Amino acid sequence: MSVAALQVNARAMRVNVHAIRAIYTFELARTWRTLLQSIASPVISTSLYFIVFGAAIGSRMTAIDGVSYGAFIVPGLIMLSILTESISNASFGIYMPRFAGTIYEVLSAPISVLEIVLGYVGAAATKSVILGTIILLTARLFVDFTILHPLWMIAFLILTSVAFSFFGFIVGVWADGWEKLQMVPMLIVTPLTFLGGSFYSINMLPPLWQKIALFNPVVYLISGFRWSFYGVADVNVVVSFGMTLLFLILCAAAVQWIFRTGYRLKA
Amino acid sequence: MQSIISVSGLTKTYASGLHALKSVDLDIRRGEIFALLGPNGAGKTTLINIICGIVNPTRGFVLADGHDIVRDYRAARSKIGLVPQELSTDMFESVWGTVSFSRGLFGRPPDPAHLEKVLRDLSLWDRRDAKIMTLSGGMKRRVLIAKALAHEPQILFLDEPTAGVDVELRRAMWDMVRSLRQSGVTIILTTHYIEEAEEMADRIGVISKGEIILVEEKTVLMDKLGRKKLTLHLRQPLASIPPELSGTELELSADGHELVYTFDAQGKRTGIAGLLRRLGEHGIDFKDLQTTETSLEEIFVSLVRSRS
Repeated sequence: MSVAALQVNARAMRVNVHAIRAIYTFELARTWRTLLQSIASPVISTSLYFIVFGAAIGSRMTAIDGVSYGAFIVPGLIMLSILTESISNASFGIYMPRFAGTIYEVLSAPISVLEIVLGYVGAAATKSVILGTIILLTARLFVDFTILHPLWMIAFLILTSVAFSFFGFIVGVWADGWEKLQMVPMLIVTPLTFLGGSFYSINMLPPLWQKIALFNPVVYLISGFRWSFYGVADVNVVVSFGMTLLFLILCAAAVQWIFRTGYRLKA
Repeated sequence: MQSIISVSGLTKTYASGLHALKSVDLDIRRGEIFALLGPNGAGKTTLINIICGIVNPTRGFVLADGHDIVRDYRAARSKIGLVPQELSTDMFESVWGTVSFSRGLFGRPPDPAHLEKVLRDLSLWDRRDAKIMTLSGGMKRRVLIAKALAHEPQILFLDEPTAGVDVELRRAMWDMVRSLRQSGVTIILTTHYIEEAEEMADRIGVISKGEIILVEEKTVLMDKLGRKKLTLHLRQPLASIPPELSGTELELSADGHELVYTFDAQGKRTGIAGLLRRLGEHGIDFKDLQTTETSLEEIFVSLVRSRS
């Protein structure tokens, strides 16, 4: 390859760091502006769960797998918030410019798909990780719990945040109205999370439902996450991790497809 | 002069089946102000959006400052600034915030001095901390221009820049566009306002139904197609044009009070002297007369009409 060709390649491959930073900080600034909605509301609703299920009802429940009920629901509740918030943050982040028409600027900028996604998905995932940490600290005020595998806990937290921010990005590109934007977190993710073992162990279900539950991807997330806390899991942790990774890869592939075809972004 | 933008065989068919562009070839010269004229739905915005990367071309290619807009999109797009037709802004963002965002998005390191200059030139400096939603329509338009200039583009696209803008602001924008051209920026504007093209452009392209039907120096265009009209206000109304005078480019107004003679201003013989003499011979007397030049608008309308 000639020197000139190499230079062209280097130029083409140069990462537009300024653009990633611009999108990322813009998105995080939006969280800051809507602090009450982004952080306070999930924290309050999680606290309510702890009061109702942890303190009030939990005290009359027997321990599950040797873990007190109040502590048992901590990983599930964090997942519930991370899943819904990742999706709503990332979907809103990309839907808003589409809705307002400001997307023209992102599309006309000298940035690659990877850079756009790093900005939007990165910001949404960052928010989710921060939120997860806050909820974890809030939970500590209500119940006592241990984290047996903190590194795995962090890995699951980050991986899930990224995967579902990707998913939210896809939802935000797909949605053609505010209703659809709300629909996916409300009608799909919340039920799947509730049925995915946030509040119970899958092993407590009748055998048939245990089999059906395995089709619910959220089961793997919650099971793996709970394992990182207490060392007990509904499904093998390697399978959990693999499924989370698989979901992330599927979402990333879908995003790649969106930009290659211009689906709902470019005519 | 060297082309800064070179469009070849550009075709766009939308999913709906609409042929927005039909094999468009167009060259924009470095440093000029080029006005793209055309009725609604002619393909002006589609052409601009393809060059800027917002719409995918169906066929054909575009070079921006020598860079292919698809293969070498990074280099191509970093040279281009776009002011869209719609007032699409982030409502909750401040003026300064949104302009800084634009600069970063186009891969340029922060430069507060440049942004300050842009905002001052557009009389937005005093409102730099204001939320965009609190600004008037004219100010929002200027914010969009500031965003497009934030990364110091060499090529600026203005899609209907003065739509819905009052006369004073329009004049101010024209001045700004001229001073940008002075600094070496190539400007491509689309407009409905012929006045704008006539006032600003070095060259004019007319697009109709997805085809470029004409590209010409403005002055040449005006000269080539420029026709003058002589209007005679008659002392006595005429029922009809005397047969001896018909056949010439003569028209009578409905009330018979005005006689309009159209002639080629560039022609060696305008025929005015002969006409006036013959009117005298027929005893047609007039109390006043005036001549008017054909505006670009009339040229444009007749061009588009002759095509359809």
